[in-house]
Formats: sequence, structure tokens, C-alpha cells
Amino acid sequence: MSKILENLKYAASHEWVRVEDGFAYIGITDYAQDSLGSIVYIEVGEVGDEVAQGEEFGAVESVKAASDLLSPVSGEIVEVNENVLDNTEDVNGDPYGSWLIKVKMSDESELDNLLDPKQYEESLD
Amino acid sequence: MKKTILYDEHLKHGAKIVEFGGYLMPIEYTNISLEHQAVRKRSGLFDVSHMGEIEVKGREATEFINYLTTNDLRLVGHKKMAYSLMLYENGGVVDDLMVYKYNNEHYLLVVNAGNKDKDYEWIINHKGNFDIEINDLSDQISLLAIQGPYSFKVLQKITDFDLNSLTLFDFAEFMVLGKQCMVSRSGYTGEDGFEIYASNEDILYLFKELASFPEVSLCGLGARDTLRFEAAMPLYGHEISEDINPLEAGLGFAVKLDKDFIGRDVLKHAKETGLNRKIVGLELLEKGIARSGYEVYHGEEKIGYITTGYMIPNTDKTLAFALVDARYSSIGMDVSIQIRKHRVASKIRNKKFLEKKYIR
Repeated sequence: MSKILENLKYAASHEWVRVEDGFAYIGITDYAQDSLGSIVYIEVGEVGDEVAQGEEFGAVESVKAASDLLSPVSGEIVEVNENVLDNTEDVNGDPYGSWLIKVKMSDESELDNLLDPKQYEESLD
Repeated sequence: MKKTILYDEHLKHGAKIVEFGGYLMPIEYTNISLEHQAVRKRSGLFDVSHMGEIEVKGREATEFINYLTTNDLRLVGHKKMAYSLMLYENGGVVDDLMVYKYNNEHYLLVVNAGNKDKDYEWIINHKGNFDIEINDLSDQISLLAIQGPYSFKVLQKITDFDLNSLTLFDFAEFMVLGKQCMVSRSGYTGEDGFEIYASNEDILYLFKELASFPEVSLCGLGARDTLRFEAAMPLYGHEISEDINPLEAGLGFAVKLDKDFIGRDVLKHAKETGLNRKIVGLELLEKGIARSGYEVYHGEEKIGYITTGYMIPNTDKTLAFALVDARYSSIGMDVSIQIRKHRVASKIRNKKFLEKKYIR
């Protein structure tokens, strides 16, 4: 049974968003890390890059496969979590504590397009 | 979808299940890195019952297999096995296989699960007037592989047969825990190890017993692939296929052009005129993992594509095989791999990724 946190928004492509002071912290869900298996490499854009809702901003790779990361919101990357990129197993151990990028959102109303925890849970069935 | 006799055992041990070659198989029980490590350092147990087993018996069995496949079974002793390939007339690969030679009139062909039905049909269609009979035993036989440095010790504990009498590619029939088995010293990992053939019920029993040894880890198809890759062994559909012939794949050791076999003329001609493409080893010099299908470049020219690539488990070394234009296949050549939006610098290297631990 995958863990889903109550205070987050979700994309159907298995990324989560935590909103704090107009910034979106983005990571991958427990379901995503479990499906991928041990994560060995994560690639994301750089600080200053623009991301768009539903568009690729990087990839997460397990031993067996690469999986695209799709941004749940639009905006500019203002910080990359280098610590997690250097310790990719943290994403397996604590997916909701391991954000990958912090985005200054350009359109907060896009958050309404995302799934709430209950909808995300239903999408996994 | 088919299941092996061990399907319920896999679920009991918490395996993640995937479809492979028409079967529901375990891809991993814990994770691929741990299972890879278990085989390199201790012992790993694999269910490979999905593999196909086709028996060829009769007065002209040796002649038939020599016509059907690339290797020369006249050069192989009794109770020994050989790697060989079945080819189309155009030199492309129908399948690769292990040929178990009991004697000149009795062989067992062990083929890939996903190709088995195609293989069986191909074999039947080429039987012609050869004095042989062909039987598909795949549903009656199950197969375990136990691989890695402790495998000898573990298996010797449960059989009176002296395993020292088997070296690489030897096989014998004997009892293991009271069950009649055919056992070869072989595998698909680059480690010392054994493959154990028996009836479905007996394999279920032996699997449970072998799995209970503390030295033994259950391993899925995920680790099977990273292990065979690191040991530089080909996988059908990647390094060999309908479109990639065995010479291009560097498997000339198993292709005996001085005897007749289906596809020989094309390969002989290719060898004489020079190969246009080759499977090479690649080492990535920058971050990234090269996956099957990614394009390979020399400067701005596309020279080929990746056939298999991994970050070797428990290391940060990223290696790959690629099929490239032979003009750009020399060791040390600088190339790059298109990984998403980036070109990642790489070098062509030898395929000796691993020192093999065979007992010869």
C-alpha cells in the first residue's frame, strides 16, 4: 500500500507538490519510488530554467529503467536539492521528505488542475 | 499468460512480478543491486523455468544440429554443452541456445522463453529427411540456476555426487535430495554456478530447500540482466536479433564457417568482405545512463545505437553495448550518446567489464 500525504497535491504522472509562500517543492510519490525500485541517478534542470505544467523537467533512473519527470506546475526553478541528487537512495527511503526542485510558480491557479490526495489514491487503483 | 511452478513461491517471498517471454516472472524480490551483489559475493538462486527445452534424438541428430545451428557439435564431447545460434538464411538470428550433448544421437536444446514457439516451428520445418525425432519438453521440465562463489558449497551439501567432477559446460544426471536431476556447471552471470533441470514438482521442492540456506539470496530477472550484461553476454533482442548477426555481435567463436549450416553463405561472405557494423563496449565519461535504443554519435554523425546499458549495481560506473558503424568501432574512440537533451561523452572500450570466475 503506497503512502499518500494529506497536505500535498499530486500529478497523475506521480509527482507531488508542496506549496509554501508561493513556492512549489516538487518530488516523486511513494508509489513512483516503489515502482521504480532502487533509484541510482536523478537528472533535473538548472536554477533559472523555466518549467511548464505537464512538461518534462528531468528524469529519475533506477537500475532497470529511466522515467521522465513532469512538472506539476509552471514557473522558474529557484533551487535544486543537490543533497538528494547526490544521495538518490533518500528518495526511496523518504520520498515525501526528498524534494527535487523548488519552483517559483508563475500561475498558482494551475494547482487546481492537480489531484487531491483522495483523487490520487483513486488513480492508483 | 503462463506461470512457472514457482509462481506462488515468488509471491510468498515478496517478488515484484513482470511479464517476460509470455510468463509472469519475478523481476526482483528485494532490489536489483542487492541481488546482483549476492551473486557476485555469495550465492543467488534464479527461477529460469520459463526457458524452453527441446529434445532432438535419433541416428542423425548430430548432423541435424550441425545443419540447424552455427557451432560444430562434432567437436563437443559427450555430457558437454556448447553455445550455438540458429540463423535465418540472411544471417539474422532466430535464437541463441545452449546445446546439451548426451551423445551423438541425443541432444537437449535450451532456448529463450520468448522465442520457444517460433524456434520449435523453425526446427520442425527444417527437419526434412533427417532421421531424428523432435520433442518439446518445455512444459514438463523446470529449471533453477544457482550462481556465485558459495553455490558449489551449497549444492554439494545436498547431493552425494562429487561436483568437482564437473567443470565449465559439463553436465551429469544425479540425485539431489532424492530427486532425479540433470545438472550443468554453467550459467548467465560470469560466476561459477550450476543449472538444475528436473520435473516441475521436484524443482518446487528443491527451490524451497535451496532458498532456505542462509548463503542463498533469491534473485529475479532484473539482476539476471545486469549480471549477464556485466559478464558481456548477449541477450536476444538486444545484442543479437533478426537484424544483428552473430559476427557483428562478436560471437565468431560459436560460428564454424568450415561446415554447412543455415545462414552460412551470408556470414562467410560478410566475413570475407568485412563487417559494416559491430557491437562494441562503451564507457560513459560523464553522468548519465545509456539505455537501449539511445543514439550514438561520432561528432555530428549518427553511427549507431545502444543495445544494453546500465550503471553497474553498487558502483558509479556506467557502461553500455552499442551497435555501431564498423569505421568508428576501434577501442579508445571518442563518441557521444544522446541522453534526453544532452550528448554525453563516451569512449569505446573492450567488452571485458568483468573478470569471469569460471572453473575450467
